[in-house]
Amino acid sequence: MRWWAILLILLALPLRAQDTGERVVAALSQNNVAINATFVGSEILVFGAIRREAPVPPDELGVIVTIQGPSGPLTVHRRERVAGIWVNTDWLEVHEAPSFYAVATTAPLESILTEEEDQQHAISVPRAIRASGTAAEDVPAFTEALIRIRADQGLYQQLDGAVSVDHDTLFRTRITLPSNLTEGTYLTRIFLMRGGEVIDVEEAAIHVQKVGLERLLFVMAHDRPLLYGLLALVVAVAAGWGASALFRFARG
Amino acid sequence: MQIYLPIAEVSANAFLLFGVGGMVGLLSGMFGVGGGFLITPLLFFIGIPPAVAVATGANQVVASSVSGVLAHLRRRTVDFRMGSVLLGGGLLGSALGIWVFNILSSAGQIDLFVQLSYVLFLGLIGAMMFQESLRAMLRNRSAATRPPRRNQHNWIHRLPMKVKFRTSGLYISVIPPVLVGLAVGFLAAIMGVGGGFIMVPAMIYLLGMPTKVVVGTSLFQIIFVTAFTTLMHATTNYSVDLMLATLLILGGVLGAQFGTRLGLKLRAEQLRILLAIMVLLVAGKIAYDLLVRPDELYSITVPRRH
Repeated sequence: MRWWAILLILLALPLRAQDTGERVVAALSQNNVAINATFVGSEILVFGAIRREAPVPPDELGVIVTIQGPSGPLTVHRRERVAGIWVNTDWLEVHEAPSFYAVATTAPLESILTEEEDQQHAISVPRAIRASGTAAEDVPAFTEALIRIRADQGLYQQLDGAVSVDHDTLFRTRITLPSNLTEGTYLTRIFLMRGGEVIDVEEAAIHVQKVGLERLLFVMAHDRPLLYGLLALVVAVAAGWGASALFRFARG
Repeated sequence: MQIYLPIAEVSANAFLLFGVGGMVGLLSGMFGVGGGFLITPLLFFIGIPPAVAVATGANQVVASSVSGVLAHLRRRTVDFRMGSVLLGGGLLGSALGIWVFNILSSAGQIDLFVQLSYVLFLGLIGAMMFQESLRAMLRNRSAATRPPRRNQHNWIHRLPMKVKFRTSGLYISVIPPVLVGLAVGFLAAIMGVGGGFIMVPAMIYLLGMPTKVVVGTSLFQIIFVTAFTTLMHATTNYSVDLMLATLLILGGVLGAQFGTRLGLKLRAEQLRILLAIMVLLVAGKIAYDLLVRPDELYSITVPRRH
């Protein structure tokens, strides 16, 4: 049994693409992000080192860090002029689009990542979006629009050259999570690249969760909707009455 | 000061939200309109998702209407009997409207239908009010000797089931107010607003109520319509953001108090002409959005998580 295991390991080792013995070891400045009432966004520091037994290979070293928020379906609509009026006509159903996606790299993405590897690991922003079963013909225009709109909101970030590397070994980058963040698990991936190929991947999770009053209101709105609605009305009526009483008091 | 809103899932400036609430409350107290037509696009502009903006806006309108009604109550400018009759018709109308709305939305293009009916209705009502109140102002300026035209007798006064509406100074059949309530409730449900905009002119021109009483009475019935809307949204879409609502409400109730005082200082025809201008501006804005090429042709709709 033991011999079989060793044989299997020996067989498996060369199968790892261009194994140079390089491994990535990474850590995050925080694994938990708490959304409280004064949450204005958060900065995540991703840092680590490249471990190797052999001498440094000649190919240029690349490091890519991605952070991906919870995914979900959405619809992209396009307006067109019909009889002089701008109306929504075509649309595209996107099955899976991350609510947040950031890619930080050591160099321009296309120079350190081949098309095939991007396809396999879904690293670049357009690869992270899965749009199938569409109602419109012109798919790229719709996905480009989706990326453009979300990039404007700081939700999709492509940060070329944002990862710095020291002595071919240590790397670090900072990625800003914006304030319009949704709850959930944010998957962080760190890719070690040589000659456009992925050599090693390390993954870590960031848990983003509402806390305190934010959590209380969110849970109540979903678990006790009628009570929550009535509470909203009580607040409204009490405030309305309060303001009226205040003004009457102020006027004597 | 940025505040994270738990249901909208965005953070927004607390003072800005307070200001938006205050401005809408001011208009509400002055004219007796809920302000849903104004608060939804404003919140959307700040970055609040549309579903949350609509539902939370309704909650804010409850508060500013309560504040406004209490201010009017002390001046005895709320006709409870008329308000209740209108409300009864209104609830029936909105049930009918929701039914038609569902039929239309399954046929698609409900948004376009809503926008076109906005432009048509608001444009028509605004133009008529503007013309009438301008004429009234000019008449007042030229000769104050002419007797007022109210209490005119026409076919409305020959209808059966007459009721005395003391605060409004009317002795008319209950049928026209019920029909007005029905029609406004129907349109409001289809157009997704409280309907104060259509209700106020209808009370002035169709029922012949005095302008001063109209504002308080309209606010009185808006409280119930928007309270119902808030509960519906809270239980079916989970889209009422209490944090956002509280900030809007604080501004709204104060604004409504100032608005009421401001409104009572104005003369009836001045109030009507200002309302007419506002109605026309809203209609113009929607028409502009439909006719002018938008900066971004694409838009993203995310279904709400349950």
